[in-house]
Amino acid sequence: MSVNTPNAERQIWIYTQMLRIRTFEERVKRTFTDHPGVIRGHTHLADGAEASIVGSLSGFKKGDAALATYRCHGYPLVLGSDPKAAMAEIYGRVDGLCKGLGGSMHLTDVAHGFLGTSGIVGAGIPHAAGAAWAAQIRGKEEVVLCFFGDGASKQGAFAETLNIASLWKLPCVFVMENNGYNVVTTSAQEDANAAAGEPLSIKAKAFAMPGVTVDGTDPLAVHAVVSEAVARARAGHGPTLVESKVYRLSAHGNIIAPPGVPLHYPEHEAITVFGNSAEYEAALRGDPVPRFRGILVQNGILTPEHAAKITSEVDAEMQAAVDFALKSPFPTLESALQYNYA
Amino acid sequence: MANMPYIAAIDAGIHQEMRRDPSVLYFGQNLATTENHEFVKEYGHNRVRVTPISETAEIGIAVGAAMAGFRPVVELYMAEFMLVAMDQVTNEAPRFRYMSGGQVKVPLVLKAGYGFACGWAGQHTGTLTNLFAGVPGLKVVIPSTAADAKGLMATSIRDDNPVVYLHHYLLTLEHGEVPDGEHLVPFGKAAIRRAGGDVTIVATGWTVGLALAAAETLAAEGIHAEVIDPRTIAPLDLETILSSVEKTGRVVLVDQATRHASVSQIIAADIVEHRFSSLKAPILQVTAANTTIPYSEPLEASVLPTAAGICAAVRKVCA
Repeated sequence: MSVNTPNAERQIWIYTQMLRIRTFEERVKRTFTDHPGVIRGHTHLADGAEASIVGSLSGFKKGDAALATYRCHGYPLVLGSDPKAAMAEIYGRVDGLCKGLGGSMHLTDVAHGFLGTSGIVGAGIPHAAGAAWAAQIRGKEEVVLCFFGDGASKQGAFAETLNIASLWKLPCVFVMENNGYNVVTTSAQEDANAAAGEPLSIKAKAFAMPGVTVDGTDPLAVHAVVSEAVARARAGHGPTLVESKVYRLSAHGNIIAPPGVPLHYPEHEAITVFGNSAEYEAALRGDPVPRFRGILVQNGILTPEHAAKITSEVDAEMQAAVDFALKSPFPTLESALQYNYA
Repeated sequence: MANMPYIAAIDAGIHQEMRRDPSVLYFGQNLATTENHEFVKEYGHNRVRVTPISETAEIGIAVGAAMAGFRPVVELYMAEFMLVAMDQVTNEAPRFRYMSGGQVKVPLVLKAGYGFACGWAGQHTGTLTNLFAGVPGLKVVIPSTAADAKGLMATSIRDDNPVVYLHHYLLTLEHGEVPDGEHLVPFGKAAIRRAGGDVTIVATGWTVGLALAAAETLAAEGIHAEVIDPRTIAPLDLETILSSVEKTGRVVLVDQATRHASVSQIIAADIVEHRFSSLKAPILQVTAANTTIPYSEPLEASVLPTAAGICAAVRKVCA
């Protein structure tokens, strides 16, 4: 194990955060059946990417910032946001992180360093570079973590921003969570590197920055790669592109439907579109959350009793989040017009 | 007071704010490429940077820097170049404060020229004000004088919201008296460029000059026009316009934009909604024709508003 390996206590923390994201999102998913109509619009789950999210954020320091996409429930939970406020936001309630004005796709918690989320694919990448320029000017060795998906790497915003970030040596780490699919399009169908059998991290070469591909289902591997990139950024040596390979265990999002049609999560596109149940079942067998728990137990870091205790604590925490969010009132109608201008 | 061209007054506004506030950044293409650049010399490369031709990244970086506590001014040169990055301008910068429930501010200035109707043909001559004016969260500023160029730029930088600052290319070398020292022009406060009781002319940017020339001609005929320059179209000072309409009952709206869905049509709709009973004649609009701007000189002139066209419209509403 490298010097970057977190100690036993920290590994348990990593596992706990992974389980918190998973359980929180299971409760989001269950809301569609338990409380139909409570969640509106479109939600996107990070199940399968928990190891990548937590491994990436495990070296986050006060003053650092993270920005992400519409698939954004996991990051703020790791950074310290209250799951009650996160769930209330997804339910459109006044006690939500964004007072019910943003919803599932726009969770933001500035007090905990979660600066913003764009629902437009790739659009948030330059925002992270801008925050990194701010950090560079302040000169306090702060870094910005920029999360996006593999699909975003085909946007102009990706190429334009990585070029400038490298040119200006911005303290930014670009974490591309490659879940293999842009909705129902496979990487090989839309990405020249993927079609040629190359890792997507090879794109870094075009921008003269390091590019690393890592197994995003292994939190310690992600931690090692991202913390090295973060250290490089803090030292003023510029950005890194990390391709973190994950598998999205749910469909892209809940069904898109007009009012009156009950929303729900369909099966994964590997099954519904490509008829490839074998691929999906293999991914389920590699589910990073139970796998990491197993590794910790096997290594003597976690006892089965301790693991069960964590599970029941997290279950209770997320049940409380659901209960709180259901009871939270809707925002006042006046607040609909309140925040267009500062 | 100093007599200076409009273009220099814009820079004076940027200097005024960069000197007083170290969080103001200034960057864009072909800017600050040598150590002798006046902004680099005074503020250094941390705050003044050249960028590649990457409008989406430039404006997106401004959004991120603004959310992280800075006040970026992006030099975009031409309003059309913002179209390359329309998502950042209309669906990123103005949305983050709202979507975060007021957690962040996005104070930034998108500085761009517009209306360059002197042979730049179809893609560099637009008056695109209407594309930005209807977006909640954005402010849109269109200075018509050198003094306003400075004062509105300073106010744009100090404003806590994203501001599209559109300077008119045909006014670049127009000289005017510009206040020395700190000068700020408030948003949402129209200027009455000429007082008169017979007809209200509302004009913006370069067409303010046309309206004033028309008013001079009309005065010799005994028609006294009031010329109003809104100066900012988001927010729009409807009060000043409506007060004038109450007094005159007759309205001519001038806009360099193509007529369909133009700012002049927005103003016309608000006048009709709020002061219908004051109107003594239909509102007339003098705008560009609904066309791409042609290259050939006489054709270009034929599709744009003119002082003579404004005079004719005024005579008609006053008949």
